[in-house]
Amino acid sequence: MNVFKEIVRGVVKENPTFVLLLGMCPTLATTTSAINGMGMGLATLFVLAMSNMVISMVKDLIPAKVRIPSFIVIIASFVTMVDLSMAAYLPGLHAQLGIFIPLIVVNCIVLGRAEAYASKNGVFASFMDGVGVGLGFTLSLTLLGAVREMLGSKAVFGFKFASGDGMLIFVLAPGAFLALAYLMVLFNKMKRKYFSN
Amino acid sequence: MEYIIIIITAIFVNNVVLSQFLGICPFLGVSSKVETSLGMAGAVTFVMALANLVTYFVFNYILLPLHIGYMQTITFILVIAALVQMVEIILKKVAPALYQALGIFLPLITTNCAVLGIALLAIQKNYNLVESVVFSTATALGFGLALVIFAGLRENLELAEVPREMKGTPIALVTAGILAMAFMGFAGIVK
Amino acid sequence: MVVTLFVITFVASAALGVVYELTKGPIESAQVAKINDAIKSVVPPFDNNPSAEGYLVAYEKDSLRMYPAKKDGKLVGVAVETYTDKGFGGHIALIVGFLPDGTINDVAIISQHETPGLGDKMEKKKSNFTVQFMGKNPKNFKLMVRKDGGNVDAITASTISSRAFCDAVDRAYNAFMKGGKK
Repeated sequence: MNVFKEIVRGVVKENPTFVLLLGMCPTLATTTSAINGMGMGLATLFVLAMSNMVISMVKDLIPAKVRIPSFIVIIASFVTMVDLSMAAYLPGLHAQLGIFIPLIVVNCIVLGRAEAYASKNGVFASFMDGVGVGLGFTLSLTLLGAVREMLGSKAVFGFKFASGDGMLIFVLAPGAFLALAYLMVLFNKMKRKYFSN
Repeated sequence: MEYIIIIITAIFVNNVVLSQFLGICPFLGVSSKVETSLGMAGAVTFVMALANLVTYFVFNYILLPLHIGYMQTITFILVIAALVQMVEIILKKVAPALYQALGIFLPLITTNCAVLGIALLAIQKNYNLVESVVFSTATALGFGLALVIFAGLRENLELAEVPREMKGTPIALVTAGILAMAFMGFAGIVK
Repeated sequence: MVVTLFVITFVASAALGVVYELTKGPIESAQVAKINDAIKSVVPPFDNNPSAEGYLVAYEKDSLRMYPAKKDGKLVGVAVETYTDKGFGGHIALIVGFLPDGTINDVAIISQHETPGLGDKMEKKKSNFTVQFMGKNPKNFKLMVRKDGGNVDAITASTISSRAFCDAVDRAYNAFMKGGKK
């Protein structure tokens, strides 16, 4: 199994945000800045990798009927762990991401990967799948966050490169929709041009 | 009077989809036809009102007394999953036509971040039982409103000339953005 | 079948219980640090632990939390956590530092959802709006915007946010004068 290829798949061909259109809620809500987007992406990456791994480990022990509830419990546990850890060690980011941290549990990406991949593949492969998709998600969110921060606050990763406010609409709700729309168009154009295979 | 404020704020000022970004997946996925949107909105309203009711009791009478507030996420999502299952079974018996029409979107209400999100928010805002149910019902109505308006817009969009690159999701997102801007106009109507 | 679900939930809960115990301390420290930083920013220098000596004062339908700041055993200021729901974007939480005689030492924002570029100028890093409150005693400094006959210069084009701010500070002052320990 080519690890690199798996990761590229998660980042480009099956990018959860721009291609699969999954996990839209946190994508639009937490990308008011690059750091927030990255933080959200990494938290989701952790849950994706860990829950994929554990689900793959116990997949043969779970009867089909209670599959989904069992997956949900496993995912929810990791989500709560991330929630508590962030509250303890990254309180600023935790306050910024707010309710979207526990909402990772209903992020369609996580349950989707568990269903589609982890329940049918080996432990290491599932773990790497989680990492790959998580990385794709993190990169999309960081990119969207950076774009919105640059246009809206004249800053990136917290460093202001010009004084005053930018086009504030971009750090508000409508801007999220607009920025995502145009980034999606650009991403798909690039994907078609460089990754058509 | 307090309740009127909660209702107006939930439907217009802090619209769950257009300003809080909850429930986006079904918003983008279901809203291509006005009819399906209405059905979805109805189902979500029912689940949300019920979910807030049950989670209120779970949190205040089970989790808090046992000091396991941190089990909130797990217990709430399990409650919601169970409620959706129940709604499915009931709907199949009582309104099979609606059940068929909603199809896969019914079980997907479990992963609708709006349902879990609003249940968690009601706890955060320390609402009592009545406030919590009013809040969730009103929020769901706001969801329905956004959904139906959007479906109407999208039905018209089908007939418009859209650049190739922007067809489908991108133009839908731009439309949503403009709709969100329109809803921003509601800010400040509650004084 | 149900047994499997039960076992999984049990193991998950146990694991979570461990993580909870591990993070309980740091979470509380982070919260205390946040309050302490807020208190420090609005009252004169102190050497006690105000957050540990916090007390509630009932005011109207609510109660506000107050923290006494002392130096060498003498009260030098009281930080009052206050709020208003009349903000343009809803709830605004402030902390006001009073000197024992009721003079405002400083005001800091804990949370606000005002419009970026307009109401959010109440933040210290965005404008000098809060500076005009420093050193003023509400006895002779009316906590209302000039438009309403008060002494406060509102933020340009953000009358509602400014009014809400005054409402919160006024609430803090009244509660402090009524029940604050001086």
